Amino acid sequence: MTKIKVSIVGASGYTGGELLRLLLFHPNVEINQVTSESYTGKFVYKVHPNLRKATQLKFSSASELQQCDLLFLCLPHNSSQNKIDFYKSIAPKIIDLSADFRLKDPNEYEKWYGHKHSRPELLNEFVYGIPELHREEMKKANYISSAGCNATASILGLYPLFKNDLVYEDRTVIEVKAGSSEGGNKVNEGSHHPERSGVVRSYMPTKHRHTAEILQELSFGKNIHVHFSATAIDIVRGLLATCHVFLKKDLQEKDIWKIYRDAYGNEPFIRIVKENDGIYRYPEPKLLSGTNYCDIGFKKDEYSNRLVVISAIDNLMKGAAGQALQAFNIMFGFDERTGLEFTGLHPI
Amino acid sequence: MNAECPVCGAQIQLASDAVQGELLECPDCGTELEVVSVNPPQVKEAPQEEEDWGQ
Repeated sequence: MTKIKVSIVGASGYTGGELLRLLLFHPNVEINQVTSESYTGKFVYKVHPNLRKATQLKFSSASELQQCDLLFLCLPHNSSQNKIDFYKSIAPKIIDLSADFRLKDPNEYEKWYGHKHSRPELLNEFVYGIPELHREEMKKANYISSAGCNATASILGLYPLFKNDLVYEDRTVIEVKAGSSEGGNKVNEGSHHPERSGVVRSYMPTKHRHTAEILQELSFGKNIHVHFSATAIDIVRGLLATCHVFLKKDLQEKDIWKIYRDAYGNEPFIRIVKENDGIYRYPEPKLLSGTNYCDIGFKKDEYSNRLVVISAIDNLMKGAAGQALQAFNIMFGFDERTGLEFTGLHPI
Repeated sequence: MNAECPVCGAQIQLASDAVQGELLECPDCGTELEVVSVNPPQVKEAPQEEEDWGQ
């Protein structure tokens, strides 16, 4: 069996740990090295206790990286762009899970990230990492930039509507409710348990950086506006994007079903969740913990042309490590579900 | 023998021995449906028991 030799750079964070959890059980992967500057020489289970007895791997320093087939970069934003030549010299293929290479336009990068990109000439070498939108490009790609979690849920929820030119371009409002793991494993005063527990904290009412990715992927050459807000709620994993759009035509729910079925009917990780009875009638992030699914539902306002699209993912899976592994599978011609078969837990 | 779900438009295959009045569920949207005719195949939304779901 073909084994692809991979290493994870920055494997002590939540995303790196999640990716390691998946890769350890992937039949076509050999993990060569996992790096962490803070934990060099330590067993990985010291940081990721769920991996106890699953591996005897120890963290290495990035300076000790050896040649491999593919590097996963799980570094903080603004890190990989400054060392990208070094990483390219280690592996012919790279999947970067940071935001550094998601945007194609360096001006947009500067606008949203507040500083100039250090390697703008490389932005177009990276394929934007949502497989449902860029599968064919991924098959030929050497470099993939994995998408942001909030952006993934928002884009997948709205993509069929924007692609088919069905909604007004200037009236999209997206509200994301997000769990604490979105903030990574670095502590701050706001993440202290007495402060974080029980909150409904409006942490980014405007100017969230993921807005730039949403605009890039949904514009289809038009000048669109997306009004995005994010609220931190008291869950660890998962996010729910509630998207309000206004239809140009008087479409009925049956028509909208058909649009989503046409777009996603054959997608292994997208499910349309919209039921008239039962407990979970619309997407619920809780049920997606540890899975690579994106569940999408919708409801048309019977008194207006507003359509509410609801989209849920596990931010560490479809919003990060799971989606990166899906892209990896596509890159190497494996069944894209490999290593991602977990269907979640119920009850949880 | 295919009928169309009146809620989501999915094609629903009726069993060859389906009878009028039979209840089934749409595989896509989960709506409970009632067979109103087998020739031509036709289904309608089955009456739902109302429940308090914050609506």
